[in-house]
Amino acid sequence: MTDPKIPVTEDELHAYVDNELPAERRGDVEAWLAAHPDEAERVQSWRAMAEALHARYDSVLDEAVPKRLEIERLVRQPRRWVYGAIAATLAAFVAGGGVGWIARGVAAAPSTFQSFTLDALDAHRLYVVEVRHPVEVPGSERDHLQQWLTKRCGWDVRAPELAGLKLVGGRLLPGPSGPASFLMYESTSGERFTVYTAKAETEATQMRYSLQGGDGALFWADRGVAYVVSGGSDRRRLTQVAQAVYDQMEKSGG
Amino acid sequence: MIPALRRYARALTRDADIADDLVQDTLVRALRSERLFLGGDVRSWLYTILTNLNKNRRRSLARRPPLMPLLDNNADASGTEGEGRDIARALSTLVEEQRSVLLLVMLEGMSYREVADIQGVPIGTVMSRLARARAHVRASLDGERPALRRVK
Repeated sequence: MTDPKIPVTEDELHAYVDNELPAERRGDVEAWLAAHPDEAERVQSWRAMAEALHARYDSVLDEAVPKRLEIERLVRQPRRWVYGAIAATLAAFVAGGGVGWIARGVAAAPSTFQSFTLDALDAHRLYVVEVRHPVEVPGSERDHLQQWLTKRCGWDVRAPELAGLKLVGGRLLPGPSGPASFLMYESTSGERFTVYTAKAETEATQMRYSLQGGDGALFWADRGVAYVVSGGSDRRRLTQVAQAVYDQMEKSGG
Repeated sequence: MIPALRRYARALTRDADIADDLVQDTLVRALRSERLFLGGDVRSWLYTILTNLNKNRRRSLARRPPLMPLLDNNADASGTEGEGRDIARALSTLVEEQRSVLLLVMLEGMSYREVADIQGVPIGTVMSRLARARAHVRASLDGERPALRRVK
């Protein structure tokens, strides 16, 4: 094999070093290199280059991965949630990277956000204080409640299952542009949350937070339906609940 | 996976903080669009995101002059340095696409096919970029070569 018939190309030399060359051609290339010391030296320099790269950068592999890159940390923000909602909360988390968040859809016009949120908070305040008649249909009749609200509202109304919260029930309300569904949940300690949904002009928006008179509300829109989750002033807690609602609406609607 | 991504990002950007920012953005973006991922190789996909994010980052830095695309412009060589620094310096003289190809093949051990997918170009383009990158780095490392000026 000292005189290979087929000339070796530049591409083949690279492919040879990178183990991309078909096995049957390797012998030819090696023989050709043996006869061309300059080229062999060049190929050798590429190997040295690879070694230098590894010598310089492989130490990164042994470094402890910074906390902010731990996948568990990043996963804790559920994906779809991360995608569209609480952009503001996450902004600080990601801003360092210089890659702007592209919010899902355009932000709703302030009026939409404001009117829905105000309506929802009004309903929230009006009914959460009710002890005997907070709802029209009790949570024990969940199926009936969902069917009824779906029929009246015109979109698929689902009462999400929320960990640690019991469905008190729901009612139909007049909304900014047609009927609105109103669901109430309660924790064992008597904390109440309401989920208000109504038809929205906007297809999808990011999440907006609003705090009024000690009641907090998180608003977002998705697939033409606006959601407002209202609760107390504990924003973190409210966000948890809203996140659970969001995730389940995603699942049911997907 | 993450350590290797960090290594690639570090070599690509030559800045530990920028590199980790890139990796973080890559992971966040990957998680966010997981549903858009329709099978294939996760590793290649992550490298693709990172490569693209870095391209965007560099575009946003375009006001800065490009990092010495030609050796002759390498006027800031500041004396003798260890081999590690030399290879880093040599990398910095490459244009972005060539640096990326070089690192993906030589450091990350990717196949030409994978690199072609990551860069969204034909394999032939990957090979010519690789050849040019190697020639360039070799010239940069080899200060003795008469064709090159070593600025002291």
